Amino acid sequence: MIKDFIEKSRAKSPWMVHFDCGSCNGCDIETLACLTPIYDVERFGVVNVGNPKHADLLMVTGAVNHRNKHALKKIYDQMPDPKAVVAIGACGLSGGVFREAYNVVGGIDKVIPVDVYVYGCPPKPEAIIDGVVKAIETFKAKAREAA
Amino acid sequence: MSKMTIPFGPQHPVLPEPLHLKLVMEDEIVTEAIPQIGFVHRGLEKLCEIRDIHQMIQVVERVCGICSMIHAMCYCQAIEKQMGVEAPRRARFLRVIWSELHRMHSHLLWLGLYADAFGFESLFMQLWKIRERIMDINEATSGNRVIVSVNVIGGVRYDIPPEQLSWILKELGQVEKELKAIQNTMLNDYTVKKRTVGKGVLDKATAYELGAAGPTLRASGWAQDARQLRYAAFDELDFEPVVETAGDSYARGAVRFRETLQSIDLVRQAIDKLPAGEINVKVKGFPEGEMVARVEQPRGELLYYMKCDGSKHLDRLRIRTPTFANIAPLLAMLPGCQLADVPVIVLSIDPCISCTER
Repeated sequence: MIKDFIEKSRAKSPWMVHFDCGSCNGCDIETLACLTPIYDVERFGVVNVGNPKHADLLMVTGAVNHRNKHALKKIYDQMPDPKAVVAIGACGLSGGVFREAYNVVGGIDKVIPVDVYVYGCPPKPEAIIDGVVKAIETFKAKAREAA
Repeated sequence: MSKMTIPFGPQHPVLPEPLHLKLVMEDEIVTEAIPQIGFVHRGLEKLCEIRDIHQMIQVVERVCGICSMIHAMCYCQAIEKQMGVEAPRRARFLRVIWSELHRMHSHLLWLGLYADAFGFESLFMQLWKIRERIMDINEATSGNRVIVSVNVIGGVRYDIPPEQLSWILKELGQVEKELKAIQNTMLNDYTVKKRTVGKGVLDKATAYELGAAGPTLRASGWAQDARQLRYAAFDELDFEPVVETAGDSYARGAVRFRETLQSIDLVRQAIDKLPAGEINVKVKGFPEGEMVARVEQPRGELLYYMKCDGSKHLDRLRIRTPTFANIAPLLAMLPGCQLADVPVIVLSIDPCISCTER
């Protein structure tokens, strides 16, 4: 019974942590805008937290570079299972406009597994919310598998 | 008392961007701060070797997503000056309108994050709600909320039709009304003052010596603003730099709040004087020689240096951004403060790490 309760309530209120992985800020401010009254992702039970150890969803923006790939890996490893990752913006998908720059590794999926991709430069808050809702579905499926 | 080192960042709740500070602590007091940067370095200055001068506009817009339009404006102005092209008068006024809209949305964004840093979450939500009106204007006039991509070498890409101008004025009136309603809380509230007054003081002489820029410099009593260079259409508009003298976090917040109101006034003036005519001129050929341009970004003075030998690629692009100038003053502010005040002080220079590291 407790298992059922955990499974149900976990997917009702997934907490997210946001990490800027070398983006130009455009995607970050749109991700933050999702939390504000006009868009308000809290209606899906999503709360923004600072500590990856408390988080279920990881929102990553930006092209990964050779320095912060270690920080990104560390944050991903610190998150407890089950977890879902959302890559936001053209840079997070492939490196975007910076893909040929010397310090850029490329998309986020070169370092950690990604579940949902949100495209756009930067994506609109509506698109990010759509990504979050899809990630919640993935997260639910993963939680069911783990249980 | 033995010394202890506490890491701050790279992933930290108050910072939207990765900045790492090593704080050397003695009990609760910071004695030294050692910055470690490089988390956002992409090496985009070197991209000028594979992208031509027109494609580079899209790259420099993504130096920083918050003030993207101003980066592109600076880049285009440098090349226009070197090639002896002058953007049409209407284009210069439109550039002022978009750049001031960017300044407003950047300042509102910062004021919100700043309120969040000292735990005033409802103020954060209110300010970001006001900011959405500006984002709507950006989207309606250019098609994108954040990276508006309006600049081309020789002018601007889009025109703003008259009915949209009157709508912008109406929206700005609403923004002004809502900001005035918040003004008393932002500037006089007991909680706000308790967390910001006297925190991270930078006196007038130190600010000058360490080369502070933008609101950080103006909050310490220097009336220096790159818009006084009268680029774009600022030669026909009337404004005075906003100055505070206390040099603490509160003064830096007050400067930005008053600048937001000033930007509303500047957009109104620009719309009022907006001339009819072309919005861009055709530019043929490529520049030759060394170019420098300076503009005022929301965070301070921005400098572009470029070198080109007449081919379609630039030889060298060098960008000096205001946050880079403000890191040395930040390190001078931190020693002597409490650990709990570090987030507020770090945020008070409005750090834009993606500008700094490019």
